[in-house]
Amino acid sequence: MITETHYLVLSAALFAIGVVGVMVRRNIVVVFMSIELMLNAVNINLVAYSHHLQHTVGQVFAVFVIAVAAAEAAVGLAILLAFYRNRETVNIDDMNLMKW
Amino acid sequence: MSHYLSLILFTPLVGAGLLLFVNRRHESVIRWIANAVALAGFAVSLPLWFIYDRTSPAYQFTERLPWIPSIGAEYFVGIDGFSLLLVLLTTLMGLLAMVSSWTAIRERVKEYYICLLVLQAGMLGAFMALDFLLFFVFWEVMLVPMYFLIGVWGSANRLYSAIKFFIYTLVGSVILLLGILALYFSYRAQTGVYSFDITAYQQFGFDPAVQWWAFLALFIGFAIKVPLFPFHTWLPDAHTDAPTAGSVILAAVLLKMGTYGFIRFSLPILPDATHQFVPYVAVLCLVGVVYGALVAMAQQDWKRLIAYSSVSHMAMVMLGLLALNPVGITGSILQQINHGISTGALFLLVGVVYERRHTREIAEYGGLSAVMPVYATVFLVMTMSSIGLPALNGFIGEFLILQGVFVAHKVWAAVAASGIVLGAAYMLSLYQRTMFGTVTNPKNDGLADLGGRELLTFAPLIVLAVWIGLYPKPFLDRLATSVDRVIARVSPEYGPHAMVECGAAPTAETAKTNPAAAFLTAVPCGPDGKPLPQPGTGAPR
Amino acid sequence: MDSLWLIPLLPALGAAVNGLVGIRLFAKRTAGAVAVAAMAAAFGLSVLAFVRLLQLPAGVHEINQVLVDWLPAMPLATHDGPSGILAVPWGFRLDPLSAVMLLVVTGIGTIIHVYSTAYMAHEPRGGVARFFCYLNLFCFFMLTLVLGNNFLVMFVGWEGVGLCSYLLIGYWYGKTPASDAGRKAFVTNRIGDWAFLLGVFLIFFTFGTLDFRAVQEAAAAMPVEAAGWGVLSTIALLLFVGATGKSAQIPLFVWLPDAMEGPTPVSALIHAATMVTAGVYMVGRNAVLFSQAPMVMDTVAVVGVLTALMAATIALVQTDIKRVLAYSTVSQLGYMFAAMGVGAFAAGTFHLLTHAFFKALLFLGSGSVIHALAGEQDMRRMGGLRRRLPITYATMLVGTLAIAGVPPLSGFFSKDEILFRAFLENRIVWALAALTALLTAFYMFRLMAMTFFGGGRGATADAGSGRPGESPAAMTGPLIALAAGAVLAGFIGIPGALGGGNAIEHFLEPSFSASLPVVPPAAAGPDASAGHAAGGAPASDGLALGLMLFSVAVAGLGIAGAYRVYVQRPGLAAVLAERFAAPHRLLTHQYYVDALYDATVVNGTRATGRALAAVDRRVVDGTVAGASRLTVLGAWVASLTDRTLVDGLVNLLGWVSQEGSFGFRRLQTGLVQNYALLMLVGIVLFVGVYLVVR
Repeated sequence: MITETHYLVLSAALFAIGVVGVMVRRNIVVVFMSIELMLNAVNINLVAYSHHLQHTVGQVFAVFVIAVAAAEAAVGLAILLAFYRNRETVNIDDMNLMKW
Repeated sequence: MSHYLSLILFTPLVGAGLLLFVNRRHESVIRWIANAVALAGFAVSLPLWFIYDRTSPAYQFTERLPWIPSIGAEYFVGIDGFSLLLVLLTTLMGLLAMVSSWTAIRERVKEYYICLLVLQAGMLGAFMALDFLLFFVFWEVMLVPMYFLIGVWGSANRLYSAIKFFIYTLVGSVILLLGILALYFSYRAQTGVYSFDITAYQQFGFDPAVQWWAFLALFIGFAIKVPLFPFHTWLPDAHTDAPTAGSVILAAVLLKMGTYGFIRFSLPILPDATHQFVPYVAVLCLVGVVYGALVAMAQQDWKRLIAYSSVSHMAMVMLGLLALNPVGITGSILQQINHGISTGALFLLVGVVYERRHTREIAEYGGLSAVMPVYATVFLVMTMSSIGLPALNGFIGEFLILQGVFVAHKVWAAVAASGIVLGAAYMLSLYQRTMFGTVTNPKNDGLADLGGRELLTFAPLIVLAVWIGLYPKPFLDRLATSVDRVIARVSPEYGPHAMVECGAAPTAETAKTNPAAAFLTAVPCGPDGKPLPQPGTGAPR
Repeated sequence: MDSLWLIPLLPALGAAVNGLVGIRLFAKRTAGAVAVAAMAAAFGLSVLAFVRLLQLPAGVHEINQVLVDWLPAMPLATHDGPSGILAVPWGFRLDPLSAVMLLVVTGIGTIIHVYSTAYMAHEPRGGVARFFCYLNLFCFFMLTLVLGNNFLVMFVGWEGVGLCSYLLIGYWYGKTPASDAGRKAFVTNRIGDWAFLLGVFLIFFTFGTLDFRAVQEAAAAMPVEAAGWGVLSTIALLLFVGATGKSAQIPLFVWLPDAMEGPTPVSALIHAATMVTAGVYMVGRNAVLFSQAPMVMDTVAVVGVLTALMAATIALVQTDIKRVLAYSTVSQLGYMFAAMGVGAFAAGTFHLLTHAFFKALLFLGSGSVIHALAGEQDMRRMGGLRRRLPITYATMLVGTLAIAGVPPLSGFFSKDEILFRAFLENRIVWALAALTALLTAFYMFRLMAMTFFGGGRGATADAGSGRPGESPAAMTGPLIALAAGAVLAGFIGIPGALGGGNAIEHFLEPSFSASLPVVPPAAAGPDASAGHAAGGAPASDGLALGLMLFSVAVAGLGIAGAYRVYVQRPGLAAVLAERFAAPHRLLTHQYYVDALYDATVVNGTRATGRALAAVDRRVVDGTVAGASRLTVLGAWVASLTDRTLVDGLVNLLGWVSQEGSFGFRRLQTGLVQNYALLMLVGIVLFVGVYLVVR
């Protein structure tokens, strides 16, 4: 029997993987993918609680998150492409212009 | 309520706005538009001369709109006899200045004409405003374009002169503003009404202490503009370095602001203080008349000489006001017009040779009569007008002023009249040094005489000079009721309706003290206040 | 002839035509013809007007016409309160006095215009038109002066003739002496005009009117100011100072000799016959007023006779033919003023009339001589012209005899009348006037002798004998006409002692007296009103005859003296000049009056002007500049304070924050992962704290 706890653990695990990916990876594409992981972890969390509380708002919110994630991916990839055209790199350590 | 005055006032502004939309490279288009606007401005103002009601003592063509209601400031314009003549003088001289610039100005043409048009609007507004704050705004508006005219299109020392002109007159303006505010708050304190309405001020008795201080403040503001000795030193510099049109406007119209201020504000609003100040101001005037003439005699620069002659003449105009009697004040106003005509023309004349030779040194010229006979003739007429030759305009003004001053104070008249001797000395000396003799400087050999456009600018001035000299009645008639209004405030002994065409027939009482009473030119009044018909016109016998 | 104003208008039209069109287009002859026609028409109208004046019914002596209002009525206080009204019309009046002047101006003016057509023939075309334009303009102003019925209209003419005089003296404007002389004339006249204007102001203040007639009547009603100085005396004195300017009397006579720089017809018309007599005319115009001020009358007489004497002495040594005549004019004008001063207004006017004839004649004659000698004016280079210029010689001789006072020429009658009246009134004046008469006869015959007698010298010799001398008919004609006038004009004033009626005196009398009964003088002053002494009592006929013989003798003596010195013994003049070197130098330098004026008034004024200009630059403008420098200094101090103190505080604050930020900005790596890490740490910390603290 798969209980809510399993979902939550899966969600937490996915989120942790995402966080670590964002923190440690140098390739910005991978960082993006990690962010997507974190978002989907949240989605699982939301759906799990929706089921647990017998309330649909959680599922509705999950749909919102998916929409936002799509938009975010589009904008983010656009920035990424623009950046790559200018600097010919996808290494996140080279993206340090926004300091001081 | 008509919008006639606003039409006159905003015509040049509309023209200036129009010029903004013309490409600066199209210089001849700009010239044509500017001249057309100036001509339109004059044409629009000319009917005033005919429709002005010379029998009415009230301000005419008034327009009144709220402007800043919270402080009681209004857009309130209107004219009386003084402003009528000065407005017409402004539009005429504005037109002539514009026409005279046709070939003289070659750079920044667009800005130049915009400056001239804005300047003209400022001057017209100052002459029309019946609201003290509105007057002050226009008074300041004039300053800026004049500053640019001198500073941008002037001659060698232009920056110094422009800044000097601006700051000097600005100091006066600030003090003037203080005076205005003093009156404003004093009026508020006594009536409970916030108002800058000078028609109300002119019927209001201000507290003598307030009057004293306000007169002093107004005096400094106006005296700098006149300019009265010892506030005159900005004038020679400004005149010398201004472009021709700038000098013309400065001499013909801008200087009149000061004397106009006295007649419009100081005298009727502050009659008590006026009486206190008259002796002191008169001394300044007398010094100015003689001093200006003597200093003019020593000048080597053509424009500086005329500038100092302006100092002398304007002091005479001030003195006429201070006579505080109808003849003196009438003469003073008329002399302002005359000075505008003759000195304006003299500066135009200097501009003509300056454009050809680019020097104002008197010593550089000589013998111009031989190469430029028409020019020499026009110059002679204007010289004679300036030194008050009878049958030309200057004499009428000077005679009325001096006769009025003589009645007020004999010694003043005697001193001031010496100005006409000195005036002849320095003007004829100028004429001799420039026009007579033989052409010694080869650069003067081939100078072209006046062209058609130039002659056209002088023609109206000559006509006016002769007209006022021979038959000044139309001008004096238009001044009569306005003079009367001022006189009623400052010299009530002349009676409420002094300016009449008839007077009480000499009584036995006066005949006893004055043997000439029986021959006085007074025409007895009929029951309706009109002159009784006389057997035969004019003087007795 | 109802339109007096037409008379001045005609020459004005002539001037306008010549000035506007003529200078550009007219041939010389056309320009001259226009001017002469205008003057001749004016003369015709004047004669008509004169006839009408004579036809007026008894008791009426004037034609008064008001053209239009000039200065409309304006209230102005007079000495008795604010009820006065200043009003001046363009009014013209013909009375006996102005009629005489009118005929002189238009008559002699026409003659001189005719003469000028020939005299100016060598000038360039435009120049001739310009000359006639000025000359006509002058006549316009002179006629306005004469005909004006009030002081202000007269003043228009008064100053207008000054302008024309200025222009005509400076006609050859290329010559510096000419333009200098023109300016000197104008400015000197202006000094007189200053006093004249003040007189006019005082007249209005006293009488409340500027009409001549009204002023005379009012003055007559006031008591004679014999005992004390009063307002009438002040007015009279001011007017007289004005007259000294126009009529070249002490102290303002210096301009007239210099005015000879102008063309000779100008000298004849303006500086002999008409303009310079305007002062005399003006005094005559105000005869009643002057009569009420005996002290001023004495001044007039003394100034007049002193001027006459002084100018006559200067004329003795002049060598320029025109300058002799100029000083002679000053001298004769002094005579006229002396006459006015002793109350002989009619005699003065009579002399004005005769003088106009013979002096214009003499000037035109001298012009003819100069014309013949191609511009030579120095008498030392003339001589022996009697045969070469017979008409000129004959006519000038007539003029010379007239001015010397030889009977029965016109000068005899007028001069003798003056001497007679002076003898009755004031013996000192009479003595000086008689001495002047002697000198007059002497220097005039000196002029004749040096010019026409003896052998040819200088220019005369240079000219050669083959050249025909006499001037053209357009010049000799006017000479003959004027000579006729100089002979005949005296017969209108034959004194009673010679059995004549003294017609001119009776004709003029109404102009010099008030129509009101004269208030008897308060003090025992002389009864100076002109009417009373006229003619004299029959008992004094013997005295009159005696004085006449005396003056004839004086004239004869002068002529004989000149004949002896300059014809019989030509070397004597030089000997005399050497023996009396000091007085001679004094005279040749015109008593150093010019030098004195130059040193004091002229240079004084100029120096004052220069000094004041320096004061203006340094002190008055210096104060402004000083104020501006003070402002700049204040601004510098303020800006220093501003930079160090006020701005220092602000900067300190900025500096602190800036320095502090150096540390903190290290946190900003720009690396997103760093930020994310920090966020994570933060969240962990917050959650940890939350868990612990809870």
